Amino acid sequence: MSDGLNRSSRETAAPILTVDGLSLSFGGLRALSGVSFDVRHGSITALIGPNGAGKTSMFNAISGFYRPTSGRIIFDGVDISRERPPSRAKRGLARTFQNIALFRGMTVLDNIKLGRHAHLKTNVLDALFYRGGAHREEMELRQEVEERIIDFLEIQHIRHAPVAALPYGLQKRVELARALAMRPRILMLDEPVAGMNREETEDMARFILDVKEEWGVTILMVEHDMGMVMDISDHVVVLNFGQVIAQGRPSEVQNDPAVVSAYLGSGDLAQRIRKTEAA
Amino acid sequence: MMDWLYVTEVALAGLGAGALYALTGVAFVLIYKATRVVNLAIGEILMLGGYVFFGLVAGAGLPLWAAIPLTILAGAALGAVVERALIRPMLGESPISVFMVTIGLGSILAGVVELAWGADPLRLPEFIPNTPIFLGEAYVAPKVAYGALVAALLIAVAVAALRFSRGGVALRATARDQGAAYSMGIDVGRVFSLSWMAACATAAGAGVIVGAIGGISPTMGIFGLSVLVVVIVGGLDSVAGALVGGLLIGLVEALAGSFLGGEYKLLATFSLLILILMIRPYGIFGTHEIERL
Repeated sequence: MSDGLNRSSRETAAPILTVDGLSLSFGGLRALSGVSFDVRHGSITALIGPNGAGKTSMFNAISGFYRPTSGRIIFDGVDISRERPPSRAKRGLARTFQNIALFRGMTVLDNIKLGRHAHLKTNVLDALFYRGGAHREEMELRQEVEERIIDFLEIQHIRHAPVAALPYGLQKRVELARALAMRPRILMLDEPVAGMNREETEDMARFILDVKEEWGVTILMVEHDMGMVMDISDHVVVLNFGQVIAQGRPSEVQNDPAVVSAYLGSGDLAQRIRKTEAA
Repeated sequence: MMDWLYVTEVALAGLGAGALYALTGVAFVLIYKATRVVNLAIGEILMLGGYVFFGLVAGAGLPLWAAIPLTILAGAALGAVVERALIRPMLGESPISVFMVTIGLGSILAGVVELAWGADPLRLPEFIPNTPIFLGEAYVAPKVAYGALVAALLIAVAVAALRFSRGGVALRATARDQGAAYSMGIDVGRVFSLSWMAACATAAGAGVIVGAIGGISPTMGIFGLSVLVVVIVGGLDSVAGALVGGLLIGLVEALAGSFLGGEYKLLATFSLLILILMIRPYGIFGTHEIERL
């Protein structure tokens, strides 16, 4: 298949995000120790590992919620380890959350519009009183938002619905839409298909692939659904007890003895993949 | 039989006072919504607004059109300083501790005002027109009527800003989910600061109106106690609740004060508070996940 082609383009592409020797401790508890990996331009990179391996901690360190004890996070050639989440967002780092973190009580459209907040450039007074530049930006934003993201994610019919009233799968999709509205350069998805049924998972996998291919957005995701991870990822990083135990193409990682033994407690990895694929 | 005209007049006066409760309640809610801080100093900030206005007009001899905006700006500045210096360092501490900080702030403000201007009540210069106003047959004190009108206008501005402005949207998003707002590029620290500035500016503005109606004194921070009842009745995080609660408490206080006697005012409002809390522990419009102190 096109795997060989993908692979060569992947390996020549420069990393957009580099995690370099990152350690994170909470008091005496070491959540991550010396984690290093690259996320290459235009790739789908998956972060997997058993429960408690440090995947979400890693995510929170990249998006700036946790301050690493040591190590660096380099985004697009710039060391962002000490930047706060809003400035990381302005650089084009967008994320979704494991437990949906939509702004309940607002409509789908309001939520999506908030995604563009980071990039709206007007001063406080304009922002407060909604004039001139702010207004023009608002109009531009509305068009972009409506025409591209909403159409793309097929959520036209619910754009004015309050998010709290939507079913789970759609809420996940709205969260993805909101993240896309941030015009991310790298999109971080924390368990995008957790709790979804087969059909919803397939839809989401298709959206993720399209985001990568049509929008040129690099994807970094944490996911437990091994079938989906192995299907769509270009590169897989396996964490266990806060350390990288393997990384490489899905097929390489799958047969790595360290990975297999890490997953032994919860069943053989290959078996898990077969199981999720059969389901 | 009852004199319905009199009842109407009392009720109108109550609603007028209620509008000021509502305005100050909105200030309280702004802070609570964005930062989850119960700000017990809101009454003292209101008082300080009254005194700053007094100082600018009577002391510095500024005209009204300059003194009113300056008072409001001073309120905003105070809000920014308080948030930055006292509240931000308390981030992550227990709500009770932050609550105590605001009580301390209230005492300090009352003390400073007493040192600077003395403990005696003062009258603000007259600036509200005093031609009598009649709604139908009912007489309304002009100060109360104009005060309520201005309060209503300010509330409308606050609600519109919260609903439509970017700062307001950012504030609502922060209120809903701080983590998500933060990762969305919303500077949560700035939202905190903005909410304190807007709230303290509103309270200072309310202080000018309250002072114009009843005069100013270092103990007028007690107004904040009624406002606390208002927001607890309405729901700590609900602007609509502050409006309804403000009018309701204003009305009940006025009716109880006129028909039962002044000493029954607090009895009536606090009985109402207990009743409402028994039926709706989160206030009339409050959200359920509110932390209770």
